[in-house]
Amino acid sequence: MDLVLFLTFALIAVACGLNMALQRHPVSSALSLIGVMVSLAVLYVLLGAEFIAAAQLVVYSGAIMVLFLFVIMLLNAGAEKLTKKAGTAHFLGLPLLLILLGLSSWVITTATSHAKPVKFGAFTAGGPREVGWELFTHYVLPFEVTSILILIAIAGAYRLANKEMD
Amino acid sequence: MDYLLVSLIKMAIIAPALLATLAYIVWVERKVIAHVQLRVGPYFVGPHGLLQPIADAIKLLTKEDFIPSGVNHFFYWAAPWLGLMFAVTGIAVIPLGPVVNIFGVETNLGLADLNIGLLWILGLAGMGVYGIALAGWSSNNKYALLGAMRSAAQMISYELPMALALAAPLLMSNSLNLREVVNTQAGFVLGFVPNWNLFTGFQIVGFVVYMICAFAETNRIPFDLPEAENELVAGFHSEYSSMKFAAFFMAEYCNMVIVCSVATALYLGGWHPIVPPTIAQFVPSLVFGGAAALLFFHGMNPGRPTDRYSFPVFGAIMGGLAVLFLLPGIGPILNHLFWFLGKVGFLLFFFIWVRATLPRFRYDQLMKIAWLFLFPVALLNLVLTAAGVTLFSK
Repeated sequence: MDLVLFLTFALIAVACGLNMALQRHPVSSALSLIGVMVSLAVLYVLLGAEFIAAAQLVVYSGAIMVLFLFVIMLLNAGAEKLTKKAGTAHFLGLPLLLILLGLSSWVITTATSHAKPVKFGAFTAGGPREVGWELFTHYVLPFEVTSILILIAIAGAYRLANKEMD
Repeated sequence: MDYLLVSLIKMAIIAPALLATLAYIVWVERKVIAHVQLRVGPYFVGPHGLLQPIADAIKLLTKEDFIPSGVNHFFYWAAPWLGLMFAVTGIAVIPLGPVVNIFGVETNLGLADLNIGLLWILGLAGMGVYGIALAGWSSNNKYALLGAMRSAAQMISYELPMALALAAPLLMSNSLNLREVVNTQAGFVLGFVPNWNLFTGFQIVGFVVYMICAFAETNRIPFDLPEAENELVAGFHSEYSSMKFAAFFMAEYCNMVIVCSVATALYLGGWHPIVPPTIAQFVPSLVFGGAAALLFFHGMNPGRPTDRYSFPVFGAIMGGLAVLFLLPGIGPILNHLFWFLGKVGFLLFFFIWVRATLPRFRYDQLMKIAWLFLFPVALLNLVLTAAGVTLFSK
């Protein structure tokens, strides 16, 4: 059952990812990205990280991608046209992509063994209680620093938006 | 019995019940608004218009599905069903009652028992925007696009105070599982005040903030700017007809049911009755018995000629329900459902009541309320609740 679910949603994720790159229209690309995020959330659930899955759904596909879509619709961006100008990309793109994929898969397969359970830093389980506990004890400094960073970003965005108004 | 089989049976009961409820909420809404405005409302299709939802469904099914030119076909087709899917899926985590024993099978009343139940609801609420946004964009109509833009901005803005308001009762129950949240609200303080988060948790401010956000999230009056008919024709669903329009309609009412169920589970104690259990077990029978008596009385002295035949039939149905609640075995199970659905029904009535009473906000007012009033109030409520929980928790 787990394997079937994993294969289904991994396939959907890859297909949506490819579709995102191949589609000409920005709205189609954005929706494919949402498809990737939702299938990733399912994969997180399969790994037992239910809180991360919910956060993925609420934050990424529920809030950030809505903003993306909002901006695309507001600018009324149309379908993009293919140009013949980028010659290097045309010839070197596919071989370089294959090299990158091959290298990264080689590194991943050699650096990790299959027997170990998934572990990320001090996080050992993915439920809301465990994640919250580690976040506010072991990782409290990085957590707070990140929130201050976001606050600075908000202040900066506010300043920039205000400048435009005057 | 097999877990999968039990789940399938529960799904086969809850899904059609939900869809039937959605159809009849429309009837109730039209009736209530009509009576607020001193009209009669639907009356001619079936006794007191009771068959009106079925007539509406047939009308919508057989209507021509008109697709305007220049639409993006795939998204135009997908948008209403996406919206409906995200709305209906929310019912999965709603706890309708405690763990009960039906015909020797131990099961909880409700579909899934998720550890992240509330986050699931919030995630679906966030995803629900896509149905409306895509509908507006793919329709190739400026009014539809404006409606979709309004809706997206409104739903993102109101999700924030809503999540903050919902965090406060979670702090008190120390869990994201809706079933556990309801379980912590069992019992009575001083013997008569129900131990709900609304009363003994002092969450009255959080409840009000949540309900205001719920109105905005479901695009209901006074926050129905995405479909403001005197500015935007019909907003995001201007270009939709037939079953696609019906899907948007059902999604809106389903969202109403979901937000009311969440409010019931988090603030109003879920299936726990408002009076002590010794009295509570007779309340459903009293309510339905009273309704039966009233119907029989009005059947004897009919206001309109047809009431002489229709009212005694309704009275008999109500009387049958009253007897059903007194049966041993099935009675206590129905009792839990009665209290949960009764609270949800009251909140739904409140939604309709507000629709019949209030005018619509202006767009800048709508944004101002969310960011300058609801957000700080919800934040303050959360901070005070957290302080209270740290000081007084056992």
